Amino acid sequence: MEFSVQGMDFNRAGEAAAQIKKALQLVGMHVDTVRRAVIVAYEAELNIVIHARQGRLAAYIHPDRVEIEAVDEGPGIPDISQAMREGYSTAPDHIRKMGFGAGMGLPNIKKSASHMQLTSEVNVGTRLTAIINNQTSGD
Amino acid sequence: MPHYFHSVMLDRDKCKGCTNCIKHCPTEAIRVREGQAIIIEERCIDCGECIRICPNRAKLAITDPLEKLADYQYNIALPAPSLYAQFGPDVLPGNILSALLKIGFDEVYEVAVGAVAVSNHLRRYIEHRPRPQPVISSACPAVVRLMQVRFPGLLEHIAPIETPMEVSARLAREKARQEHGLADKAIGIFFITPCPAKVTAVKQPFGKRSYVDGAFSMSDIYGAILQRLSDAADDSRNSLSPALGVGWGKTGGENHAIKEHALLAVDGIHNVINVLEEIERGELADIDYVEAQACTGGCIGGPLTPQNLFVARVRMEKLLKKLADCRQPLPDFPSDPDYYRLPGPIPPRPTLQLSDDINQAITMLEEVEHITAQLPGLDCGSCGSPNCRALAEDIVRGYAENSYCVFKLRERLQLLASEIVDLAHKQPPAMGKHVK
Repeated sequence: MEFSVQGMDFNRAGEAAAQIKKALQLVGMHVDTVRRAVIVAYEAELNIVIHARQGRLAAYIHPDRVEIEAVDEGPGIPDISQAMREGYSTAPDHIRKMGFGAGMGLPNIKKSASHMQLTSEVNVGTRLTAIINNQTSGD
Repeated sequence: MPHYFHSVMLDRDKCKGCTNCIKHCPTEAIRVREGQAIIIEERCIDCGECIRICPNRAKLAITDPLEKLADYQYNIALPAPSLYAQFGPDVLPGNILSALLKIGFDEVYEVAVGAVAVSNHLRRYIEHRPRPQPVISSACPAVVRLMQVRFPGLLEHIAPIETPMEVSARLAREKARQEHGLADKAIGIFFITPCPAKVTAVKQPFGKRSYVDGAFSMSDIYGAILQRLSDAADDSRNSLSPALGVGWGKTGGENHAIKEHALLAVDGIHNVINVLEEIERGELADIDYVEAQACTGGCIGGPLTPQNLFVARVRMEKLLKKLADCRQPLPDFPSDPDYYRLPGPIPPRPTLQLSDDINQAITMLEEVEHITAQLPGLDCGSCGSPNCRALAEDIVRGYAENSYCVFKLRERLQLLASEIVDLAHKQPPAMGKHVK
């Protein structure tokens, strides 16, 4: 399933993540898989809304894993290792005043995902792929 | 499939199949088939939204009849705090309790009293900053069941603490046993309920048993109380009615009783869903405790309350001011934390799954997406499902057909009609040109 995401569209932020959650529940993914996938999807969606002009959020559902892919056209990330640090944020002041952009987005994605890959080109855009493994039984 | 008790039922004679209810149900638990609403019992959380919305009064809440008092030797009424807000400004809790005794109860135990014990315990629980944050209140059974169905990942946020109703019932039972030497079986404990959700909490508790034996609808008993109020004025029973406990009857009351910490109060089931979604996305970790109530205004807005919510709110505020000034000493509550603990974790109720086999479920999901894309997306409800996506799910599950969609049906009819016209214009070679 795919969703297009508009930059600065805070009213709709979270809609794609909510739909992905619904789909994962229909499939019957493990509760914890759903929980982690929602966090990854939401943070990725929000990153597009805050930083990019526009982008696309996609979820590919497999029995053993969920793949979340976020591709955007935007400023890109000059230094990925810096962007991965907790609390590091390039969000402008007005975004922070809204309670977003605390610099926890990418670290949260990393924490919740089983694997994560981030590539970016300055002034072109960013591509994020995250895989959340589905626990099939118990914990 | 497990069998569920439900307080919310359908009156088949009154239901016109109008589809008003299906769109307001927070768990998409209602469909209209053959001109009648059907409640999918695995999904229904007994919140009572459909009772509120039904223009034909075809949704009702099953509660116990007053005759049930005859089943027990000694009956105790458990008035919910919201009951106090249902009467005129001069009616005090003491008057209401006296009236309850005249109706035939042998004793009353105010749930507001148990609410104070629960508040004390909640405060201590939150102080230890239990994880995950935020802690979510266990008090509203409709919210807890909403979480079982739609937010199973958040169930571990729920405070593992019994509701004021259960704690009050247990305290009342122990008191009656001690004071009158009664056997457990001889005691009947009846909650005066503002909502169907609590009825279900009594009949089908989250734990093994409920300490409550039955529930009377506030609306049903309202008239009986009113009749006995007039002559109750002079023999007003002394009520404890602690303001902190009575406040639990309205939104914010629970938080007010806990006092410190970062507390959030949300009411109205659709607002509750929004807040739960935020928590699910990993937000609100700065909040310690979330008081969430399915009804707007809290319990005073319950579907079984006779008084208008906004009137009840004013009455409640006034009463709370009055009660804050006349504090009565409360009984000693058990200090053991285990006394207040929920018997176990609340299990999820996975009812949304398309199939038990995950591979098949994924195929079915793809089909749902495909069908949804072809439906008009107007969510009109004429098909009997709450929205286009739900219809797509129903089709894939085998509960509905494509032609249930009136727009799809029209499309096909148009095609068919133009085909008929085309056919009508085709002339067999044997026919002449003048044949019309």
